[in-house]
Amino acid sequence: MKQTSNRGLVWRLVLFTAGSFAFGFALVPLYSVLCQVWNTGNRWYGKQTAEASVIERPVSDRVVTIELVANIPQAGAWEFKSQAPTMKVHPGKLYSTSFYARNLTDGAVVAQAVPSIAPQTIARYFRKTECFCFTPQNFAAGEGRDMPVRFIVDPDLPPDIDRITLAYSFFSAPQVAAVSR
Amino acid sequence: MNAVTATHAGDHHDHDHKPKGIGRWLFATNHKDIGTMYLVFSCIMFFIGGAMALAIRAELFQPGMQFFDPGFYNQLVTNHALVMIFGAVMPAFVGLANWMIPLQIGAPDMALPRMNNYSFWILPFAFTLLLGSLFTPSGGPAGGWTMYPPLSLQSGNSFPMMIFAVHLMGASSIMGAINVIVTILNMRAPGMSLLKLPLFCWTWLITAYLLIAVMPVLAGAVTMLLTDHYFGTSFFNPAGGGDPVMFQHIFWFFGHPEVYILILPAFGIVSEIIPTFSRKPMFGYDAMVYATASIAFLSFIVWAHHMFTVGMPLAGQMFFMMSTMLIAVPTGVKVFNWTTTMWKGSLSFEPPMLFALAFLFLFTIGGFSGLMLAIVPADYQYQDTYFVVAHFHYVLVPGAVFAIMAAVYYWLPKWTGTMYDMTLAKWHFWVSTVSVNVLFFPQHFLGLAGMPRRIPDYNVQFTDWNVVSSVGGFVFGFSQLLFVWVIIKAVRGGPPATAKVWDGDMTGLEWSVPSPAPYHSFETPPDMH
Ligand code: HEM
Ligand SMILES: [Cu+2]
Repeated sequence: MKQTSNRGLVWRLVLFTAGSFAFGFALVPLYSVLCQVWNTGNRWYGKQTAEASVIERPVSDRVVTIELVANIPQAGAWEFKSQAPTMKVHPGKLYSTSFYARNLTDGAVVAQAVPSIAPQTIARYFRKTECFCFTPQNFAAGEGRDMPVRFIVDPDLPPDIDRITLAYSFFSAPQVAAVSR
Repeated sequence: MNAVTATHAGDHHDHDHKPKGIGRWLFATNHKDIGTMYLVFSCIMFFIGGAMALAIRAELFQPGMQFFDPGFYNQLVTNHALVMIFGAVMPAFVGLANWMIPLQIGAPDMALPRMNNYSFWILPFAFTLLLGSLFTPSGGPAGGWTMYPPLSLQSGNSFPMMIFAVHLMGASSIMGAINVIVTILNMRAPGMSLLKLPLFCWTWLITAYLLIAVMPVLAGAVTMLLTDHYFGTSFFNPAGGGDPVMFQHIFWFFGHPEVYILILPAFGIVSEIIPTFSRKPMFGYDAMVYATASIAFLSFIVWAHHMFTVGMPLAGQMFFMMSTMLIAVPTGVKVFNWTTTMWKGSLSFEPPMLFALAFLFLFTIGGFSGLMLAIVPADYQYQDTYFVVAHFHYVLVPGAVFAIMAAVYYWLPKWTGTMYDMTLAKWHFWVSTVSVNVLFFPQHFLGLAGMPRRIPDYNVQFTDWNVVSSVGGFVFGFSQLLFVWVIIKAVRGGPPATAKVWDGDMTGLEWSVPSPAPYHSFETPPDMH
């Protein structure tokens, strides 16, 4: 009697444990969805694509400072910098700037820039119509080039925000070439 | 499973004849033998982890770099935490569960003795792997016990060793937890309803459920780290669209329930000891059970209080702040009930009671600093400072560790059959209690003044309190030798203990068997109707 009931309970507990393990992995898609709902986190922001069309409605009496930051997580592989460290912009107007990257290795490399916006909560007001971060970038050995970004700050940007940081991390990423973005 | 019960039944034939030699331990299936092995293992780990802690305190005795390079210092901090959490505190609780649960519920043994053996013997392998990594050319893991990527991925060969060690520790505690649940649910003496269960068993039952709910999540998280590093997945790697912050969410989804895994059995122990030495039944037994269950439930929805500063929506911060503070309610119920149990009781202050009382006061201090940390705007200042270090050491050392010591002093005569040296044990208590406060209280001040955690050097204005803390640390560390001495003396011999051991009106079944508890107890279950 006891034996069979032990066995049944053990199996149910093992199943419970397996369910917890699966739940750990289920947190991954759940996290992406929640980040999207709440406009936060890298998993959706990094996967952004170009805005289809934007209408310019410049607010000329408001100025927002944009800080442009270039990060190189893998030291030694890249030279990477922004052409202008800061820009003063009017919300509702399209601007363009560029980042310069040079492959310091003696082989061809595929690179991927991953953007990040601070403060995170206003990321959706910072809209890009063109960005080198939307696709992997191919570099020949020693090749260097300028890569453009075009963006517009939504005029509905909350009034207390006067400074936005756009940071790119530039990765050598053979594995991302395979991942469709 | 049949094999398990067969061997188990086999044991019963050689009644009272303990298996001889090393085989008794290697192939142990007796809950008392396994409990003893867990406790001895935990004690060894406590001293290894403690030696690391003293090395840390030696380095922090003065500003500037004294003994170690920063890389090795980080290895010390990381391994100290992993060893203490997974090697000392958790196995100690499992050891106590093995020894006491069958005795408390009137069962002949644990439900799954063979699995019990495996779950213990996995541990030495896990810790050989973890501590062995310290001797690899790249050194041991150094990215903190929280294993945040990308830092944790950068520790060379020790990284996979740490991950496999964590997998093994997880497997061991899951097996232990399943065993506890099956034992408590299926093996109780006839007539022992769930609401007659001793509180130590109750808290362990709930802890065991927490273990099987969150240890697999940790296993998943570290598996993702492993595949990110070796197989090109991008769970946490931003280059491939992953997010390192997601690791923190998954880790703390495990991590916060884990801290309750480290404290709920302690609550159970204190709930056994305080009524005994107050000579009154536990005030509000049912409330204690429900409070434990609600703490366990709430522990699943507070995890992000560990990561307020990584950025999350305002609504999220508010939610996690409020839910964290809510935990103070059932915790407060417990503290209230312990205090009320003592009210108008005829108290006496034997070593277990002394440790339980110190637990009550000092754990509560840790609870209060936890509440301070739960306040989002305040946490922006406290995060990653010594204030956090002070908080969790208050709940873990005079909290969990003191409860374990209280339990040992409470049940040791039942295990050895001899009374231990009370005077020496009281010395151990007073030296430990004074020094643990000298060690950890100043860390609150250091944290409020801005001293960051996990850094081997500091600005000179932090010197004074660090000196005080280090002195406390060395006194506390060495005073634990007294503890070992008391135990060794008691194992060697001493005045015989009675079956009831303590002068009180305890009703627990463990006091109905002689001291030392016979190798096989309760072969015919007691009737509890
Ligand atoms: C009233 C109960 C508690 C509250 C409100 C609370 C709250 C908190 C908060 C907000 C933090 C994060 C601090 C930060 O990193 O800025 C924290 C950290 C921590 N708490 Fe608690 N806590 C409580 C009880 C406990 C208990 C019972 C334990 C363990 C037995 C514990 C162990 C820890 C640990 C280990 C950490 C630090 C983890 C790390 O960053 O390495 N806490 N606590
Ligand atoms: Cu927590």
